[in-house]
Amino acid sequence: MSRVLSPIAALGALTLSALAALGRLAIFTGQTFAHMIRPPFYIKEFGAALMNVGYFSLPVIGLTTLFTGGALALQIYAGGARFSAEAVVPQIVAIGIVRELGPVMVGLMIAARVTSSIAAEIATMKVTEQLDALVTLSTHPMKYLTVPRVLAGIIVVPMLVAVGNIIGIMGGWAVAVGTLDFNSATYLQNTADFLETSDIISSLAKGAVNGGIATLMGCYYGMNSGRGAMGVGRATKGSVEAAAVLILAANFVLTGIFFSS
Amino acid sequence: MIRFENVHKAFGSNRVLRGVNLHIPKGESMVIIGGSGTGKSVALKSVLGLVKPDSGTIFVDGKDASEGDHDAFLARFGMLFQGGALFDSLPVWQNVAFRLLRGSLKRPTEEARAIAVEKLRRVGLKEEVADRYPAELSGGMQKRVGLARAIAAEPEIIFFDEPTTGLDPIMSGVINELIREIVVEMGATAMTITHDMSSVRAIADKVAMLHDGVIQWTGPVAKMDDSGDPYVAQFISGSAEGPIEAVR
Ligand SMILES: Nc1ncnc2c1ncn2[C@@H]1O[C@H](COP(=O)(O)OP(=O)(O)OP(=O)(O)O)[C@@H](O)[C@H]1O
Ligand SMILES: [Mg+2]
Repeated sequence: MSRVLSPIAALGALTLSALAALGRLAIFTGQTFAHMIRPPFYIKEFGAALMNVGYFSLPVIGLTTLFTGGALALQIYAGGARFSAEAVVPQIVAIGIVRELGPVMVGLMIAARVTSSIAAEIATMKVTEQLDALVTLSTHPMKYLTVPRVLAGIIVVPMLVAVGNIIGIMGGWAVAVGTLDFNSATYLQNTADFLETSDIISSLAKGAVNGGIATLMGCYYGMNSGRGAMGVGRATKGSVEAAAVLILAANFVLTGIFFSS
Repeated sequence: MIRFENVHKAFGSNRVLRGVNLHIPKGESMVIIGGSGTGKSVALKSVLGLVKPDSGTIFVDGKDASEGDHDAFLARFGMLFQGGALFDSLPVWQNVAFRLLRGSLKRPTEEARAIAVEKLRRVGLKEEVADRYPAELSGGMQKRVGLARAIAAEPEIIFFDEPTTGLDPIMSGVINELIREIVVEMGATAMTITHDMSSVRAIADKVAMLHDGVIQWTGPVAKMDDSGDPYVAQFISGSAEGPIEAVR
């Protein structure tokens, strides 16, 4: 290959392998949803996944959204003061948290906390032949491992987003009332008046998509892990990277769909 | 009952199986011997579809093992993995009773637990082990839990990948006897991989030696010592001199 053409060839190869990866991912996603609607269903595993993805994520989600809301209030106050628009703090905090930051922060925290643990667990199971053992015990690994986790992610992450939104708004409220001399009742009234149903629906929809992406990536990278400890490390790293990028990309697309018209 | 016909399998440039032909009749105990890394585990896994052969066919009861209802097919098998492959998120008894707690063989929890405890006892483990997690057990204990899991649902065909590796001589004796019992009493068909020659003599009806990707020799265990095959002779004597190179 000539020296001039080789960068182009490299680019082509990269594009092809990216497309192939996307195709494998799409097939995996399709298989997951196909298994979701066909028995057997593993209720106990689903319950455990709900606890792990949802309940145990509450502390980290509460803390991250609390600080995000607080920082947002400070920034809007300082920025608004430049053109005497300090009063919009409650409205902008509400919109910023509910429409964007709530779902994104929750999605990224789930990627950090849940995607990584799912990927590491399933990859270790693969490396130690536990996935093979499942098959020999007439249990489909997709049904037993992937479906409960992905379903839990889709169902429970919107709830986490709802909780995160409330705590984020309360973070803004605490800062505004505590240090910026806002009236508490007026602040809450302004927030409630300003938010529309579509804001909340879009927020929860983003939550469901993010929950699906985060859990799917964990399962996909785990099941396709290479051999040995290095394989597990690679799978974990790859799963979190892919989940974070896809969550942000999906968020952008969904924002376009919901709010561009 | 199980028949390998010209089975080939390569991983990249590593040609592991290069035309394996072998027949295991119903109710017999076949032991596969062969050097480390010759593909014994791969051969077992390819029967179960965990490894897909590149070419050749494996027949079970005259039917191609890669076709038909896979779930029903697998329900007839039990497998002990070389590394145990226990589910470390589940306590020992739930590992053993895995099949009995879900799917078509599901039964009440107490009954499943009682069966698990009974199978654990058969592999020489006390009841208090049942509630521990696999990570809390020694290597040999994990192996025996894997063995208990393989036989828990009383399958007709059982694969044991190195059942006595890592066990003390007495426990090896117990396990050898257990495998023999399963074949004789339950009429199961067994395929066992082992490096332990005393185990071979205790378990086997027939022996097959895998070397260089093919079955070098196969015959009844009684003929093993005067097989006239230099590979088998070297393997039995454990000599460094012979047709099998020490560096592979
Ligand atoms: N999934 C896999 N991917 C790549 N190579 C593999 C895979 N499984 C097995 N191999 C290779 O196939 C060869 C045979 O492996 P196998 O585990 O069957 O050996 P074995 O005969 O069981 O050896 P041992 O007695 O040490 O267990 C080895 O060279 C191994 O590296
Ligand atoms: Mg092996």
